[in-house]
Amino acid sequence: MSFDASDAVLLIPAAAAAALALLPGYRITARLNVLATLATFVAALSMLWARPEPGLYLRVDDLNSTFIVLTTFVGFTTSVFSASYIGHELETGRLTPTFLRFYHAMYQVLMFAMNLALLANNIGVMWVAVELATLTTVLMVGIYRTHEALEAAWKYFILGSVGIALALFGTILVYMAARPVIGEGLAAMVWTNLIAHAAAFDPALLNLAFVFLLLGYGTKVGLAPLHAWLPDAHAEGPTPISAVLSGLLLNIALYVLLRFKMLLAVNPAALAPGPLMVTLGLISLVFAAFMLYRRRDIKRMFAYSSIEHMGIIVFAFGMGGPLANFAGLLHMTMHSLTKSAIFFAVGHVAQVKGTQRIADMGGLTETNPLLGWGLILGVVAIAGMPPLGIFMSEFLVVSSTFVRSPGLAIILVFGILVGLGGLFLRLNTIVFGEPRGPTAEAKASYVPLFAHLALVLMAGLYMPAALVAWFENVAKLLG
Amino acid sequence: MSSLQFDIAHLLAGSLVLISFMELYQDRLYALLNVYAMHALVLALSVAWQAFVQDAPHLYVTAALALVFKAIVIPVALHRIVVQLGIHREIEKVVGVGPAMLAGMGLVALSMVVMLRVTHDSDPLAREDLAFALSVVLLGLLMMVTRRNAVSQVVGFMSLENGLVLAATGAKGMPLVVEISVAFSVLIAFIVIGIFLFRIRERFDSVDLQAMDRFRGERR
Repeated sequence: MSFDASDAVLLIPAAAAAALALLPGYRITARLNVLATLATFVAALSMLWARPEPGLYLRVDDLNSTFIVLTTFVGFTTSVFSASYIGHELETGRLTPTFLRFYHAMYQVLMFAMNLALLANNIGVMWVAVELATLTTVLMVGIYRTHEALEAAWKYFILGSVGIALALFGTILVYMAARPVIGEGLAAMVWTNLIAHAAAFDPALLNLAFVFLLLGYGTKVGLAPLHAWLPDAHAEGPTPISAVLSGLLLNIALYVLLRFKMLLAVNPAALAPGPLMVTLGLISLVFAAFMLYRRRDIKRMFAYSSIEHMGIIVFAFGMGGPLANFAGLLHMTMHSLTKSAIFFAVGHVAQVKGTQRIADMGGLTETNPLLGWGLILGVVAIAGMPPLGIFMSEFLVVSSTFVRSPGLAIILVFGILVGLGGLFLRLNTIVFGEPRGPTAEAKASYVPLFAHLALVLMAGLYMPAALVAWFENVAKLLG
Repeated sequence: MSSLQFDIAHLLAGSLVLISFMELYQDRLYALLNVYAMHALVLALSVAWQAFVQDAPHLYVTAALALVFKAIVIPVALHRIVVQLGIHREIEKVVGVGPAMLAGMGLVALSMVVMLRVTHDSDPLAREDLAFALSVVLLGLLMMVTRRNAVSQVVGFMSLENGLVLAATGAKGMPLVVEISVAFSVLIAFIVIGIFLFRIRERFDSVDLQAMDRFRGERR
């Protein structure tokens, strides 16, 4: 087997994880972490051109290379943010050097697991990779070892494990459906074979499999009513992990779900997965939008905002068709960039104020103008105000829905507006008014924050034709 | 396949469902752990029988793993944890035995109806195995929601996982079964180590998850 880009995006994080587990010292390890994620990102970029042949385990196509580029990019910027964030945590003594070593190693293991889940051409490997990603994030969420962190980790663990167990049952059922057509053995778990023969599968078995997969991987996407782990896990872990969870891991689970949706779409007798996804998406959106009003913890608030946006994305993919898929892909990309930027800002805000309680923050624009305005810009973007990228993608989702079923579009717009109100209400307390709490200077690296926001702004103003063509192509692939 | 082979496979899978029911009404932690050990033992036998019937020697690895790890190591480890934490009192339940058993029966009926109807084209062994496996999975889930205690929730999760291994071995010729069962064992080991290392009792004074709920981020 020759060495190519798809091996590189797996081998670099794996090697870096081993090295980081052994190396002492904060300065070296933080830099090595950044370097490794940068190298992975470069390797991922090369995947856009070089396409290795699909094998029994790995494959590269337009769909997953899009996801991988996004994942490795946000992974890289988050590692830059993490370097300054973790430095502060060490100074305040919330993390000990031993845990720091563990943290960096786990960060790379997580990158490895996510890349493996995206590259997998085998539904069994895909499942193992998602499990690995879940495990590493559980360990990271509990890293502070406070009451809250342990409870959050435990809850995430149990709910995530149940989700993963249901997903495995679905995977077994897909194999059962494929076996009579493809034959026994490894070939019947290879995704490229499955999609080629899916039309001949037993539709009833495939339907049942999809229900289990939707419940199982849907738990990991954070769809209501399976979302209970998500706010706790986001609130209690280190903020770089909140950024990666929201910006990337939810996408990975969604990607896996989309792969199985494509299988069902090929089989004419199988049930249409669209309505199921549309319903779950709308429930998540409206539920999370209302929940935003009662949040007192800043990270939990943005966790609910993530549920809201995952709802919109799942809704868009559930509607299907080239335009809605395009909108869904764009929204997913924009949400990843914006939400991780918001968590970059929130992480430093929480460090300056020494708390995550919204009531103890205030007047951020006066005391820390750069941070305050960065947060405002992020929230304005995530709320879907023009001219930023999320406005574009939400507008596309809404307009494409209005054409096909105006009733659903009204619920969609209602949910988005309710969410917007909730976000601005809380933002007002945080950034304006009398300064409250400590007002120390933030030792922050603003580059990742503003780089993400600049990309989101650019996408809202002008999308390069090549990028549009690329997304259109992927949207067609999704059917 | 001869009818004797089929009957034995059927018997073992059926016993697994029965033992899942037994787990539902145990109200002492020690008894629960013993019943779980039996659950894992029957699973090991069932997987070994499938390995023999399907002539798939790699499945013996999964069977051995179930025997050594799940039927011996994990129950012993959990036993010691229970002793160390001093929580061998009664298990609190959210719902009583009666409703739990009724709900369990309903779930078994549901999985029979769903699986037998859906898989009418598959070979009979795989079909029955899947129906039983789904029952075990659902009973494990039921156990997790009816218990508040972290240790018994873990037992519920482990029996759920036994159901998945049963399903995977029943699906003839399924690849990666061994790898998946190893991955699951790692997951379980993590859970058990988690309970042990993080010393939930030390932090919360109780393994009762209700006590943990106090620490929800927003009720400070």
